[in-house]
Amino acid sequence: MNKALRCIMSVLRHLVLYGLFLLFLAPFLLVLTNSFKSRREILSNPFGLPSTWSLSNFVTAYRRMGFAPAFMNSLLITVLSVIGIAVLSAMTAYLFARTDWRFNKVLFFAMVASMLVPFQAIMIPLVRIYGGLSLLNSRWILIYMYLGFGASFAVFLYHGFIKSIPKELEEAAMIDGCSELQVFFKIVFPLLKSVTLSLIILDVLWIWNDFLLPSLVLISAQNRTLPLTTYYFHGTYTSDYGLLMAALMLTIIPVIIFYSLLQKHIIRGVVEGALKL
Amino acid sequence: MLAAEKRFVDKLKTYLVFAGPTTLVFITVIILPFLFGIYLTLTSWDGISKAYTFVGLANYAQVIRDSAYWASFLRTVKYVFFTVLIVNSLGFALAYALTGNKVLGQNLLRTGFFVPNLIGGIILGLVWRFIFSNVLVYLGRTFGISFFSYSWLANPNKALWTLIIVSVWQYSGYMMIIFIAGLSNIPHELVEAATIDGANGFQRLRHIVLPLMVPSFAVTVFLTIQRGFMVYDVNLALTDGGPFKTTQLISMHVYEKAFLAQQYGVGQAQAFLLFLLVAAISLLQVYFTKKLEVEM
Repeated sequence: MNKALRCIMSVLRHLVLYGLFLLFLAPFLLVLTNSFKSRREILSNPFGLPSTWSLSNFVTAYRRMGFAPAFMNSLLITVLSVIGIAVLSAMTAYLFARTDWRFNKVLFFAMVASMLVPFQAIMIPLVRIYGGLSLLNSRWILIYMYLGFGASFAVFLYHGFIKSIPKELEEAAMIDGCSELQVFFKIVFPLLKSVTLSLIILDVLWIWNDFLLPSLVLISAQNRTLPLTTYYFHGTYTSDYGLLMAALMLTIIPVIIFYSLLQKHIIRGVVEGALKL
Repeated sequence: MLAAEKRFVDKLKTYLVFAGPTTLVFITVIILPFLFGIYLTLTSWDGISKAYTFVGLANYAQVIRDSAYWASFLRTVKYVFFTVLIVNSLGFALAYALTGNKVLGQNLLRTGFFVPNLIGGIILGLVWRFIFSNVLVYLGRTFGISFFSYSWLANPNKALWTLIIVSVWQYSGYMMIIFIAGLSNIPHELVEAATIDGANGFQRLRHIVLPLMVPSFAVTVFLTIQRGFMVYDVNLALTDGGPFKTTQLISMHVYEKAFLAQQYGVGQAQAFLLFLLVAAISLLQVYFTKKLEVEM
């Protein structure tokens, strides 16, 4: 290939890629610029920059949608669920990897098989059972359910990793008088740090963004998570575009901050998670 | 080490400490609802009455005759087909262009394509609802592009495409990341050897890179099929099944049958049948991509 042709190809490649890049980010940029505008300004030209950079839409949306309580609900549910999934699943995976009791094998098989079952195949009886026991409409029950839905994949992920750690360290610690729990928390769990980080990232993205399960479990408004609150806010202020855009920005910003802090780990976690399936 | 020659009581104690809580949540959140769900499909429970009337396979018979269910299923198949095709082609093309430092600002571009994937489907749906019903309509009317001058969300022939577009936007960057990981595992020597042997860019792609990427495609196609069939958030936030139910995908159909029409038995039979169909499709897909894999 001659040099001129190669140069043209390179320019074309950049044009196409940066064009696509703009196209991919355009929806976010439009939401951002329009979140500063009034409804009238948006309708007259959604592409124009706002005449004044006023934060009033943000202040109003923040108050009317109840951003702070929804954010705290999301935070509480996500953090507790993710910590619970990581610790409990790591312990379970450790037991499964280091013993060959028959019951463990049965349960491990059941967990791996259950990863193929989509949430939709379980949601109706789940709501029926927990609703029948009057256990719905509680953030704690939602966390409990996340432990159940997150356990299989987490145990599977940890199991594969623990199998590759040599046992000698644990045996030495046992001889030095550590209990089984001490061995796990002082020696094994610290060795699992990188898997734990990947798992936490995957589960944070899943639980923070989840809609269907919380929409079935959390009925009263004060329990709602951020995606639920945003969705219902949209239903109430359907045509107040400035407010809506500000509300969307408010829910997008925390995720962007989370991403920019942990970018490298997030990419690695997402790849590992996908390839483990 | 968890000693091998323990007494049963000690074993039980160790088990309960290490796996007790996980076993409890797994059984009460997954196993029991799953089994109870199968039982539910054999009853005509309406959500209110205390009694479960046993109806045998009548619910399944009703689902098989239910033309709305199959219409929704076929619509979902169409949606999944185009989503899988476009997401994987675009994802691979982006990954191929964004490896090997052929482009300035490689990391910035990767980030930009990946970001939509971090944000929840509900938010993405609402963002695009604004784009389709305001921004594109404004463009169409201002510049006289009739293709855009009426909202796609209100057009039964175009509304399904809005879902496909948003899903492509949501998942292409995710698959790109998986393809990039796959591409970086291809040994340089192979590609170099092919270049020395006189293979051009297209031949290298066709005969070296693509065959070695089959395992990555197995993963990405599996993920896109699974997510495609189960999509709910974007469907709800973007079109809510409209106009005239022309975009009601199968998850939303099941949801309405159970929770709005209160036909829990039929709804669960639909959900269960959906699970079996998707599992069968996924297993076939894994089987056929495994056959395409090459030994290295």
